[in-house]
Amino acid sequence: MTPSPLVEARNVRKHFGAHHVLKGIDLEVRRGEVMCLLGPSGSGKSTFLRCINHLEKVDGGRIHVDGELMGYEEHASRKGRAREMKPKQIAAQRRSIGMVFQRFNLFPHLTALGNITEAPVGVAHHSRADARARGMELLRRVGLTDHAGAYPAHLSGGQQQRVAIARALAMEPKLMLFDEPTSALDPELVGDVLSVMRDLARSGMTMIVVTHEIGFAREVADQVVFMDDGIVVESGAPSRVIDDPRHERTRAFLDSVL
Amino acid sequence: MTATDMTVKSTAGADDVDAVPRSHPGRWITAAALVALCAGWVLSLWNNRNIDHATIADFLFDGRILQGVLLTVGLTACSMLLATTLAVALAVMRLSANPVLRVVSWGYTWFFRGTPLLVQIVFWGYLGLLYEKISLGIPFTSIHFFSANTNTIVTPFVAGLLALGMNEAAYASEIVRAGLLSVDHGQVEAAHSLGMSPTYTLRRIIVPQAMRVIIPPMGNETISMLKNTALLQLIAVPELYTRASWISAQNLSQVELLIVASAWYLVLTSVLSVPQYYLERRYGRGAGRSLPTTPWQQARHTATRIRTRVAQVAHTNPRNARTEADS
Ligand SMILES: Nc1ncnc2c1ncn2[C@@H]1O[C@H](COP(=O)(O)OP(=O)(O)O)[C@@H](O)[C@H]1O
Ligand SMILES: [Mg+2]
Repeated sequence: MTPSPLVEARNVRKHFGAHHVLKGIDLEVRRGEVMCLLGPSGSGKSTFLRCINHLEKVDGGRIHVDGELMGYEEHASRKGRAREMKPKQIAAQRRSIGMVFQRFNLFPHLTALGNITEAPVGVAHHSRADARARGMELLRRVGLTDHAGAYPAHLSGGQQQRVAIARALAMEPKLMLFDEPTSALDPELVGDVLSVMRDLARSGMTMIVVTHEIGFAREVADQVVFMDDGIVVESGAPSRVIDDPRHERTRAFLDSVL
Repeated sequence: MTATDMTVKSTAGADDVDAVPRSHPGRWITAAALVALCAGWVLSLWNNRNIDHATIADFLFDGRILQGVLLTVGLTACSMLLATTLAVALAVMRLSANPVLRVVSWGYTWFFRGTPLLVQIVFWGYLGLLYEKISLGIPFTSIHFFSANTNTIVTPFVAGLLALGMNEAAYASEIVRAGLLSVDHGQVEAAHSLGMSPTYTLRRIIVPQAMRVIIPPMGNETISMLKNTALLQLIAVPELYTRASWISAQNLSQVELLIVASAWYLVLTSVLSVPQYYLERRYGRGAGRSLPTTPWQQARHTATRIRTRVAQVAHTNPRNARTEADS
């Protein structure tokens, strides 16, 4: 018997006004698997990622994470229709999904350690001492032990992004979403962030990573998905999709980024 | 040329350049002119035979005046508390997705900003003429939980508090709204992605960052509020200005008592800038590269500078001292 996938997206559709951004996305991510999402700018990668933790409402289709329908409640009496959950329930669902943003989005009024402990203390109700101990352990994992008391404005982009990863991990998520985590970084700072992500992948974390780092995708991903214009054009093992693309659009995209 | 310049110069090499701050003779001239102007004005007040300085001295610390000062401070604090609480609620309502709340907030601001404060004060002051009784119950039924004479609840103090606080809330809500809007939307997304509820996000993530934008104009509003309490003389709230005018109605020393009141208003507004400074520092954490120094730190810094300078002068060798004398 094969275990159920951790993430299961079925026919996910999304419009922004008349603009059809997701035209029916079907994906599965198994537990412990790393999926890299590639595709040209504007193809809907960020929108899809944000639908997974319900930062964006879907118009149709469904996304299950660990067997739970994200953001909606189904009523047995009304087949095929689902109503959006209350904000509290949505917030509770999001706790098991970490997200890392292109522009870090650290809380500027809190120190590095404060950023990491805010949600565990305030949302998950861990004791302050436990949260701090675990926060320091996470800072050690991302190589920033010496910067626990630093405010984000005093950290480099690469350091900020590593704090952001630690912040997401502090909630002990089952799934980590990365939206172009290295795109806003100076080239010499990309390596540190990718190496933290590589370690995380090795530790068995399930990850969905939107990235233009083809080398990283080839090395770390179990599955590569190429999206264009709101659809999945092709998917498969990195060696299949990156080294032997079947579709003209995939080939053109890979030529442009490599 | 000073001795320190000399010591610095002697260490510079041939192709090296010393950075010496520019001198600003213009600043000294304007400062001197302004000091002279102010001194002249103070002197003209001092020598003015129409002002009785003894009366000013008598009433500056008069018990009634001090009571007025206390009430003015109390009214300002309570009104600003009421105004800020209402303002946060109004701003959040205005930014809410709920159209009913948005309209209510907009309507409140429209009404209270659109009518004169003076009229609002008189309205609250004479509420008892409009409604004899105030009661809480279910409309269109005979069920009353509570009922009382208007004038026993809405005392002049309460009327003044409501008038000033509710009027101020309309202005402050716009300040709070601008503050909330100044926070990057990425902050909300990061907070939500961590599982924070909308209220928690507002309280712990958005408001602390908005404070940086909110505090300076709110300091301004507090100073306005302090002076606007004088308008409550109209409904006989015994605050500073009312007390001063009562006394001058008896002894006919109008100008002297106005000076007494003004002096107190100046003292109070000056004192207010201290908490504002520290609040700005508190909420400025993490915003810039470094925090501004507190006056205390500045004083210590200056003391250290003077001390090192004195030490330098003492250690200057005789050759440099002579060059200084020559130049
Ligand atoms: N909030 C929004 N409102 C309107 N259009 C949006 C919004 N977010 C994204 N879009 C549009 O949706 C399309 C896909 O965006 P996105 O998912 O960010 O693409 P990608 O991450 O692949 O570059 C783009 O054309 C973008 O302009
Ligand atoms: Mg994107």
